[in-house]
Formats: sequence, C-alpha cells, structure tokens
Amino acid sequence: MNGWRAPQELAQAQISPLCLGDYGDRARGLNAGALSSQRPSSWRMRTAHGHRLYSPYPHAQRPGSDGTPGMAAFGLAAGSGHWFSALALGVTLLKCLLIPTYHSTDFEVHRNWLAITHNLPISQWYYEATSEWTLDYPPFFAWFEYALSHIAKYFDQEMLDIHNLNYYSSRTLLFQRFSVILTDALFVYAVHECCKCIDGKRTGKDLTEKPKFVLSVLLLWNFGLLIVDHIHFQYNGFLSGLLLLSIARLFQKRHIEGAFLFAVLLHFKHIYLYVAPAYGIYLLRSYCFTASKPDGSVRWDSFSIVRVTALALIVFLVSALSLGPFLALNQLPQVFSRLFPFKRGLCHAYWAPNFWALYSALDKALCVTGLELKLLDPSQIPRASMTSGLVQQSQHTVLPSVSPSATLICTLIAILPSVFCLWFKPQGPRGFLRCLVLCALSSFMFGWHVHEKAILLAILPMSLLAVEKAGDATIFLILTTTGHYSLFPLLFTAPELPIKILLMSLFTVYSISSLRTLFRKEKPLFNWMETLYLLGLGPLEVCCEFLFPFTSWKLKYPFIPLLLTSVYCAVGITYAWIRLYASVLTGCLVSKTKKH
Amino acid sequence: MESWTWMTVVVLLGLTVRWTVSLNSYSGAGKPPMFGDYEAQRHWQEITLNLPVKQWYFNSSDNNLQYWGLDYPPLTAYHSLLCAYVAKFINPDWVALHTSRGYESQAHKLFMRTTVLAADLLIYIPAVLLYCYSLKEISPKRKIASALCILLYPGLILIDYGHFQYNSVSLGFALWGVLGVSCDWDLLGSLAFCLALNYKQMELYHSLPFFCFLLGKCFKKGLRGKGSALFIRIACTVVASFLLCWLPFLTEREHALQVVRRLFPVDRGLFEDKVANIWCSLNVFLKIKDILPRHIQIAISFCFTFLSLLPACIKLTVQPSAKGFRFTLVSCALSFFLFSFQVHEKSILLVSLPVCLVLTEIPFMSTWFLLVSTFSMLPLLLKDQLLLPSVVTVMAFLIACSTFFPMFENTSEEQLQLKSFAVSVRRHLPGFTFLPRIIQCLFLSSVITMILLTILSVTLDPPQKLPDLFSVLICFVSCVNFVFFLVYFNIVIMWDSKNGRNRKKID
Repeated sequence: MNGWRAPQELAQAQISPLCLGDYGDRARGLNAGALSSQRPSSWRMRTAHGHRLYSPYPHAQRPGSDGTPGMAAFGLAAGSGHWFSALALGVTLLKCLLIPTYHSTDFEVHRNWLAITHNLPISQWYYEATSEWTLDYPPFFAWFEYALSHIAKYFDQEMLDIHNLNYYSSRTLLFQRFSVILTDALFVYAVHECCKCIDGKRTGKDLTEKPKFVLSVLLLWNFGLLIVDHIHFQYNGFLSGLLLLSIARLFQKRHIEGAFLFAVLLHFKHIYLYVAPAYGIYLLRSYCFTASKPDGSVRWDSFSIVRVTALALIVFLVSALSLGPFLALNQLPQVFSRLFPFKRGLCHAYWAPNFWALYSALDKALCVTGLELKLLDPSQIPRASMTSGLVQQSQHTVLPSVSPSATLICTLIAILPSVFCLWFKPQGPRGFLRCLVLCALSSFMFGWHVHEKAILLAILPMSLLAVEKAGDATIFLILTTTGHYSLFPLLFTAPELPIKILLMSLFTVYSISSLRTLFRKEKPLFNWMETLYLLGLGPLEVCCEFLFPFTSWKLKYPFIPLLLTSVYCAVGITYAWIRLYASVLTGCLVSKTKKH
Repeated sequence: MESWTWMTVVVLLGLTVRWTVSLNSYSGAGKPPMFGDYEAQRHWQEITLNLPVKQWYFNSSDNNLQYWGLDYPPLTAYHSLLCAYVAKFINPDWVALHTSRGYESQAHKLFMRTTVLAADLLIYIPAVLLYCYSLKEISPKRKIASALCILLYPGLILIDYGHFQYNSVSLGFALWGVLGVSCDWDLLGSLAFCLALNYKQMELYHSLPFFCFLLGKCFKKGLRGKGSALFIRIACTVVASFLLCWLPFLTEREHALQVVRRLFPVDRGLFEDKVANIWCSLNVFLKIKDILPRHIQIAISFCFTFLSLLPACIKLTVQPSAKGFRFTLVSCALSFFLFSFQVHEKSILLVSLPVCLVLTEIPFMSTWFLLVSTFSMLPLLLKDQLLLPSVVTVMAFLIACSTFFPMFENTSEEQLQLKSFAVSVRRHLPGFTFLPRIIQCLFLSSVITMILLTILSVTLDPPQKLPDLFSVLICFVSCVNFVFFLVYFNIVIMWDSKNGRNRKKID
C-alpha cells in the first residue's frame, strides 16, 4: 500500500516538496502522478502563488472541508474513504441477502472442482470425468479450488466427494456463497485503486457528483456481476478485480506489476485471452519503446532490452508456474483440449447478443420466408434448429454455416484496427483501455460459442472511460443497459424475477442519471433514437416474461422470448461497438492529420 | 442528480431488500399441526372466502376458532377476502375450505409474499416518501437519507417479509394519519387513522396522542367558534368510518359483541411467550400471573399504563404541536408496550414507527432505539430461522444511519434535545455536564450486551434446567433499555416547551 508512489510522482515531489504535505488523500496525490504530464504548468503556478499548497488540484477541496449543506448532510465528509467503505459494505450485505436465491448448475460445477482438486493428484485433475462438469479452467483456478477445498472440509466433508454428484446442503451453500463474497474483497480493492486513476478535474460541489463516487458505484454495484456471481454463481468478482487492478497499475505506470497481474489472470481464466492483444501491444509500444518521435510514431532506437526481458521473464515465470507441472507430466495437450472445447456450437443454448445472433436470426427469417414462398424444399432443411436449447453443433439453413476458424478470422479482423491504432497512435493508458474494451467487445461480437456473461469483460473496464468523457458515457450506457438486459434469461425462476427487475432498474436509473449529472454541461447523452431503443426494453420485458407465458404460442414456439431478447440486445451492442470503434478510429485519424 | 432520481434509487433499494428477505423461511414453515402466522393469514383467506360474513368471528364446524380464529378487526378480514379472491383465481386449492389447511408450496409462498409487497408498496412506502418530503427545515439530501433509513428499518422488514404479517398496512395507515394530522388535513388524517385502527386493534397504542392532538387543536381554535365545528366534523368522520367498517356486524348486538370479544381476548393472560415488557421481566422475580387474580392484573396494568402516559398526553392537549405529537406518539406507544395487558413482542413495531419519524431530530437516540427494538424480537426471529437476514439487515441499517447521520458527533445536549433539561438540573446541581458522556457510555454498553447476547444465544445451547434462559435474558435487557427510553422521551416532551419559551425570551 505504501510503495505505490510512481517515479514520476516522486519527480514531481522534488519540484515542490510541499505537495508531500498532504498525502492523507492518496487518491488525489496519485491523480497528480497519473496526470502530471498534462497539467504541470498550472500546478506549478499555483504552488508558486502559494495557495492550496496541499492539493495539486486547485479547485478540488479537501474532503471534509466541503461546507455545502448537502455534503454535510450526507455525512460522507467525515473522512476520505468513509463513503467508499459504506458503498462496499452495503453491496457486501446485499450479496449476503442474495444467499438463498436460485443458483445454476455452475454451483455444482464448482463443487465438483472442489472435490476433484481435493481428492486427486495433479496428474488426474484434467483427466477426471465422473461428472459431466469436467475441469476446464486453467491451472491457477484449479489451485484456487484446491485452496478453497481445504477450508470447505470444515464446513461439510460430504461436498468433497467426487461421486457425490449434485450434492447440496445448507452448509455447502453457505460455504460456496461466502467464498464468492469474500474473494470479492480483491475486487473492492481494485475498484479503490481504479478510482485513484481517473481524471478528477470534473469535480462537482457535491460528493455524489464526483467521478470517483460515480465510478465506485458503477463498479461495486454492477448489476451484471451481482447476478452472475451472487445469484447464478461464478467467481467473476475477484477475476475482474485482477483485471481492474492490472489496469490500474498500468495507469499508475507500474507496468511490470500490471503485466504480472494480467499473466496471473490469464492462468485463472483463459477467456481473458481476448484482451491480451491490447496488453501485448501497449506494453511493447509504450513501455519497451521508451520514446516516440514528435509526430507520435515509434522511435526504433529507443527500444529497451532490459524492459522487454523483464516483461518476458515475468510472463514466462508465471506460465511456468502454472503449466510447468503439466508439461513435466506430458499432459499439456490434454489440458488444452479441456480449455478450448471447439465441439460446442456456434451459439450457446441462448444466443449471446452478438453478430452471430443477428446472422442466425436472419437465417431463420430467410428460412421461414423461403418456406412460405415455396422457394425452399422442406425436406432439405436440417432438423437441428438453432434454438432447440441444447449445446450442440448446428447448421444454418440458407446462409452458409460458420466454422470455428471463420469466427477466429472474423475476431482477428475485428480486433486488428484497434490494435493498429494503439501501435501507431499511442494515447497513454486511456488509449490502451479503449483498445482493451474494443478487443473484449470485438471478440464478444464474433467469437465462437460466446456466453452472454462475457459482456461483463467489456462493461467493467468501460466504466472507467464512462466517467471521463460524455461520448464514452453514451456508449457505456447503451452497452451496459442492453448487455445487462441480455443477462435476464440467466435467471428464469419466478422468485428471482422481482430481484432482477429491481436490481436492473436500480443500476440503470442510477447510471443514467448520475452520468447525466456528470455531463450536464454538454449536449444530452442520448438522441431520440437511442432513447426510444432503451425505452423499448421495458415493453420487451413485459412481452417476454409477463404476456408471452399466457399466450398459446408458449408451447408451439417456446424459444420466441429468448430470440427476441437476443436479437434486440444484439442490435444495441452492435451499435455500441460501432460507435466506440468510430470514436477510436476518428480520434486516431484526426490526430494523424493534425500532425501532418 | 435530482432528488426524485435519488428517491427512486432509495425505493428500489428498499424493495430489493424486502424481496430478498422474503426468500427466506416464514413462521411455522413445515411445522404441523399449528404452523404459524403464515398459516393464520392463509386460513383467514380460506374462512373469509368460503363462509358468510356472519360466521367469520363465530365458532362453528366450519370455523374452529381454536385453529387461528380471526382475531383482528374487520378491515383485516376484508383484506384477507380480497387476497382470497386473487388466490382463488390463481389456484383454488390454496383457499379450499378444510382441505387447504396447512397448505404449503413454493408457488403459494410466492403469492403470499407478493401480497405483502403489494400492500407495502401501496400503503406504507408512499406514506414514508410523502412524510420525508413534508419534513421542514432540512435539506433535500437529508430527506432522502431519512427515507432510506426508515425504509431500511430491519424490524418491520423482518416481521413482514420474514416472519409473515401485514404490519405495513396498519402502520402505513397510521403514518398517513400522522401525515394528515400534522399537515392540518385533520379529517383525512383521522380517516386514515380509523382505517389503521380497524386493521389492527393494537393501533390503540397510538390513539391517545391522536385524540389529544386533535382535541388540543380544537381548544386552540376556541371552543365557541371554529374549534367545536372542527371537533364535530372530526367526530363525524371517525364515527362514519367506523360504521362503514363494521357495517356487516352491526345488524345484531350479539354479533358486534362477539367481534369485540375476539379482538380483546382478556383470558389469554397478562402477557404471552417472552415479551420485553415490565410484566414479563418482573415475572423472573415474581410470578404475578399466579399470585394475583386476573381482574386485579387488568386493573394494575391499566393503572400503570394510564399513569405513565398521562403527563405527555396532558402536555400535548395543552400545547399541541406537530413535533410534540410525534414525541408523544413514541412515549404513549412505549407506555402501552411496557405496561399494558396482553402484549406481543411484535407490538414493539408500533413504537418503532413513530421513532422512525423522529429520526432526523434525534438521530442518535432513534438509531439506538431501533436497534434495541429489533434485538428484542431476536427469539422470534431465531425461531423462524431468520438469523442471517436479521444480522445483515441490521448491519445495513446501522451503516445507512451512521453514514447519513454521523452517530457520535450527534451526542451533544443540544442534539439529544436535552438542553433545557440539563439547564434546569444544573440549577440544583451545577456540576451536571456529563450527560452526553453518560449517554455515550450507556449506548456502548447496550450495544455490547446486545452483540454478546446474540452471539451467546446463537452458538450455545441453554442449560437443560433453564431452556428459556437466553430469550428471558434478551427480553430483560431490552426491557431495561425500553424503560430508559421511556424516561428519556418523557423528559424530552416535558422540557420541550420551556426550551421554546426560553428561545422566545432570548429573541
């Protein structure tokens, strides 16, 4: 905690030792570090004039000295960070209240992994197949389950029996739920670090109108994380925490640490491979090359061998630690076959709202119209329908079927422009973050067998961008609202229906109104089309979950609500993706032409 | 952000907490033959739907009063009937006569929980929001903060959504009454309060302050002119609303009497189970129940109740004010809870409601009281397997209160509303400056005792000789706290106007 002072910041401290006087509010101190390159002149001027020496931000008052009645009323002024702990504790308590809710088969998946890692030697972890839920996460996650299992045995020994399939007891439930809640501490810490990284110049007079506050709520109270982790059951909290922490470290210029955290994260859950290009290019371009030419292009002679060796060593050591034992056992092919199961279908049982959902819907529509107009021969249509609900390979009827390699190529093509942008026009950590979100979104759009939960990979880092720029806020709001809505089918049981609707409205109302307040001086966040689209989610929910079950179509076409949800959300997410891409590319091109 | 979006956020948060608590177990789940309050409410739906109004309160072959016979006023019965119609529409098995006894299923639980949420959403929550908006002299943010704290009060949530009852209906009506009366819509206020009274007879705890406040208002306007007109109008409203509610039962004298007998079951004894009032606590040392005959018990409890609430009521009649009204509501309800005959542990909610209303004025004491009130119901909550939601909601409430109304910064004499009391004591005892200090110490020791007792009763099995050891201890400790609060609130009420007069003098 205390070793966080970045070199640059220390350099600044030497300019005026006075600024070290107030490190009580570390966040601001750090902001100064992160932004020093942008604002040194005004800062120095202020110190020279001698007022507000303690704060690098002239118009940002110290917490506690904000004398507005609203602040005092909220009592959050009592001390810096007090509001943060209230927010974190509040959401933790909400998580505890969610313990008795429905949990999906992922609960059994993780119970099974606990049993496997607890009872078997490493050599059999990736071979064991008693349960259909075999271990398909990288080794660090297996070790994580191994560690958990040694606590689990004090709760209920029974859950650690491999053959005890679908075992359930209240103690098992408590243990599993609390393991998610407690590991979320890492996420809370990461959010705390992230809040230090964002631009604090847009400070409102009221605490609740400060970007830091808004960001903490957007991340800590994220609807998607809440329902996926604490109702559906998964461990995305601490994994996202690792990702955010590594992003924060890159913002703080602690590149080695950031790289290390990301390498570790990759070996926890390989889905983060999607954003690896952003990390690779950014670290190579902005860390290994220590300088740029005046026009922003790379100076090849500034390549630092030391830095690249350090990075390579870190990545190599982490990988060796994770995969080494399996290499020694000659099991790597088996591990990889478990990690990348290409036997599953293009889309999940419920289509994730991405490009392929639109593609499949188009295919379906063409098929139906073809049959109506008698252009297609019914006998030639394959039986497997995309929405039958089973995870299986399925074929398209009219449009060409999609192979895994095709999706891979599409994904790569979609990622390339953003990566090029990052290389040719590096814009600091913010440019990197933009690229990271684009990578996550592009792979969500075109990936093979994408799960709707993967949208969180884009939503969480995007929150950081949203509180800094109005344009990003618009994209973020469209992305989160549709992305979160597309998670609704995860919870299909009646008792959870009010919870998901209430929590979703809570998050949506808060995010929209807080970001609108944050950017109230700029033009409205949404145009009429976007407003209409977002409002349309309400009627869609009513139709899908309140009206449709009472219609006669329920038995004949049970998949219609899922199809509608998926296609409707796919439109919004595609739109957000295109807008984000457009903003990144124009930013890239405009600055290029400016330089010329 | 505008204040209405904050209010939306607050309401959504309150609703989320309510619904997540409702996923837990309810009273008497899977415990034949008597089950619990959940079955009682379901049984009332069955009775009101299938039997004619005449038979609701009478014992018959179809209506065994020994098995959760209807013992609440008519409005509760009508509400049950309304729910029963909906239940019959969804699944007639839920309310079938005789055969539905002890019916339990996931779908039915969902239905019952939804009825509670609907009632809450229609009656209690709007009243809370309107009340917070109508608060004067505080910033919009503080209004929102107090709305959040009131909506997060764990006692009501746990009893309504965990244990299963419809307290939010009667308390909501009472709150509408408070709102009406304090905003000078006296007729609407008294109508709302009559509805509350006709929903649960326990609302009588609040009736005296209402009566005294309205009477005081009439006196203030002058008995000759407007005052008596107002008095007559209020009286007519009250009589009319009562007549309306009791209409089906007024055809025969015997019928109405039977309802009254059902509402006030005198033969059930001085107190039931373990309740944190004086009689139950005294029972540890002195078995009053066995020593004294019943009519003397009634007389004693009546006398004590009457004497303890007399000063505050007289004061309110002589000097009616909205603030005094709220405080008198607290002290009267507390007197009733501590001294009256046949008190349930859940009746503490009737005290908690007015305490919620003074949250912005005395945040420290209110928070403390609300914590103790929830703690006093711990044996009940433990019996219903609501430990986890109880602990979580209490902590959430504490965090909300201490975030918005910093606790230890608000313990000066001024903020405890004890300034004028301390001043008058200092006339005789010049060294009397340690009051805030004492109160802080009392708070700490009270909280520590509560935490310790909670941990003990959860982890340890009581000794075989004393199976009720922990619940008796909990009641005793809560009772001591409540007596302290009774004294405190009476001091605040009695010294209030002097403070005002002093201020006027200074002005």
